[in-house]
Amino acid sequence: MNAPTSISERLGATGTANALELRGVSKFFGALAAMEDINLTVRPGERRAVLGSNGAGKTTLFNCVTGDFPSTTGNIRFFGEDITAFPAHERIRRGLRRTYQISLLFTGLSVVDNIYLSSVGVSRSRFSFLRPRRDDALMSAAENLVRVVHLDDVKDTVVAELAYGQQRQLEIAMALAGAPRFILFDEPAAGLSPTERAELIEILMGLPGHMGFIIIEHDMDVALRVAESVTMMHNGRIFKEGKPAEIEEDEEVQALYLGDGSHGHG
Amino acid sequence: MAVVDPPTFSSGEAAERLTWAERVPAAYWVLAIVLLVMPAFAGNFVLNDIFGRTFYTGIIALSLMFLAGYGGMVSLVQMSIAGVGGYMVAIFGVSAIDTISLGWPWYVAIPIALVVAVLFGTLAGWLAVRTEGIYTIMITLAIAAAFFYFTRQNYVVFNGFSGFNGVLPPKLFGVDWQQAVPFYYLTLFWAVVCFLVVLYLSRAPFGLALQGVRDNPRRMAALGYNVIGHRVAAYSFAAILAGIGGILQTWNLAQISPGTAGIGPVIDVLIIAVIGGLRHPIGPFIGAFVFVILETFAIDALIAVGLAGDRFQLLIGLGFLVIVFWSPDGILGLWEKLRAARNRDPLLDRGGDAP
Repeated sequence: MNAPTSISERLGATGTANALELRGVSKFFGALAAMEDINLTVRPGERRAVLGSNGAGKTTLFNCVTGDFPSTTGNIRFFGEDITAFPAHERIRRGLRRTYQISLLFTGLSVVDNIYLSSVGVSRSRFSFLRPRRDDALMSAAENLVRVVHLDDVKDTVVAELAYGQQRQLEIAMALAGAPRFILFDEPAAGLSPTERAELIEILMGLPGHMGFIIIEHDMDVALRVAESVTMMHNGRIFKEGKPAEIEEDEEVQALYLGDGSHGHG
Repeated sequence: MAVVDPPTFSSGEAAERLTWAERVPAAYWVLAIVLLVMPAFAGNFVLNDIFGRTFYTGIIALSLMFLAGYGGMVSLVQMSIAGVGGYMVAIFGVSAIDTISLGWPWYVAIPIALVVAVLFGTLAGWLAVRTEGIYTIMITLAIAAAFFYFTRQNYVVFNGFSGFNGVLPPKLFGVDWQQAVPFYYLTLFWAVVCFLVVLYLSRAPFGLALQGVRDNPRRMAALGYNVIGHRVAAYSFAAILAGIGGILQTWNLAQISPGTAGIGPVIDVLIIAVIGGLRHPIGPFIGAFVFVILETFAIDALIAVGLAGDRFQLLIGLGFLVIVFWSPDGILGLWEKLRAARNRDPLLDRGGDAP
């Protein structure tokens, strides 16, 4: 079976480096292939949804791209630079960001401090022995992000006391800290109420145009609203790529995914 | 406001922080005044053998508290780092072993001693940070044991079994710093400096990130932090503290030998830090005070009740057991528990700091 042609190639993306380019990337856990021979190209500023049932390899894809787990084979390029051998923090410092499906937050810290810590991570103040001043640039950047994700009212609240939906929003704010160039969202809408979903869509649509992202999402209403292109994964492989409308109408996709009852579930 | 004064990471701390702010300044003021006027009514024995020892032992234990409390890394190598600091002032500075000691002035010998201590601590940290939990304890214990046996067998640099004697503090400003009162103020000064630096650092980006690495290393890497690098840097910083403590100890005893950083003292540092409490930099000093008091007076107490005096380690062991059993957060935790119980509304059985 030929590797499917990616949508960006069909759209005739020109000479500039792609935001993300995966060539033959696989991840084996022992003999088990969590993800096999993935070829994926995402243009700068492109918004891509990755769909697929549980166990299709979507989160594994994210883990390999960010370096949470190293990939077993293949080659990953980020804005033209080969990052395959880089540790996670080096990839993050180059402008890659991610959110986690199950929030990984510092629950004993306030909202604004969580975001501050995120901004410090990609700055030179990481090893600073001096406490931030009131007018610290990173601190005001953190305060701005608090507004972007609508958490102004709770910015000094300890994260453990936040509602679930607010924690998910904080998770997004932490990924937006420090001038990201490309973001991986892992099921940001999972467990959110309809109102919170609407807010999430608004936040995602409101991101600056140059900031591309990949979103893993089971909620088709969210995924197909915010994405311009869709990659379907199945059993660790890429199964189909296309525009949202094409994917929705594709019979194979419907048989495999849309018809299996997972539509609309968190 | 959280912007300038973010709370520490451990859960439930935020509520306590307010009561800290309201409560402790008064207590700290009293403590500060008592410590400052202490020489007016305390004898040389109390100043030197109780408080001087408490302060420099507390500094060494503070270096462990910094690593274990904020970084989640239980290092047993801190006493060895202190030993390196002590050995280096003896080797580069003045001692009675003038065939080895270079006799360089204090302003050269002390910086060299601290630099070597930091290098040693960084190297130990670099080896240890790739491990977790029990393995960190084992690898740092192995380094400590290796240092002990190496210093005992090496005569060319470390003068083997007997080590160095006659290692005295410099007579700076015409003061003999080994005398009880000057030495008391010298150690008090450095204890306060180290305590305040650690307290300040706990809420500066470096310290905050260290606590982030402790709680959630994967997330920290996903925020751009070099988790390994941050941990190694914490070891380097802790080595400065341990080095200062080690130099003060060497001056107090006027000697350093392999036994200074033997397995016993290595474990003692862990006991002191745990007894005192790992959650706040005051903990190690409380632990050191209790330890020194026990070690000094347990013998008399045991003989008074008709037991053999050389069983004083038994008392320390029992004290350790009681504290660890009743309060995993050490004496500090015990104190907070008592306060929470006092603030508790007896009718509603609710309130105070208790979760």
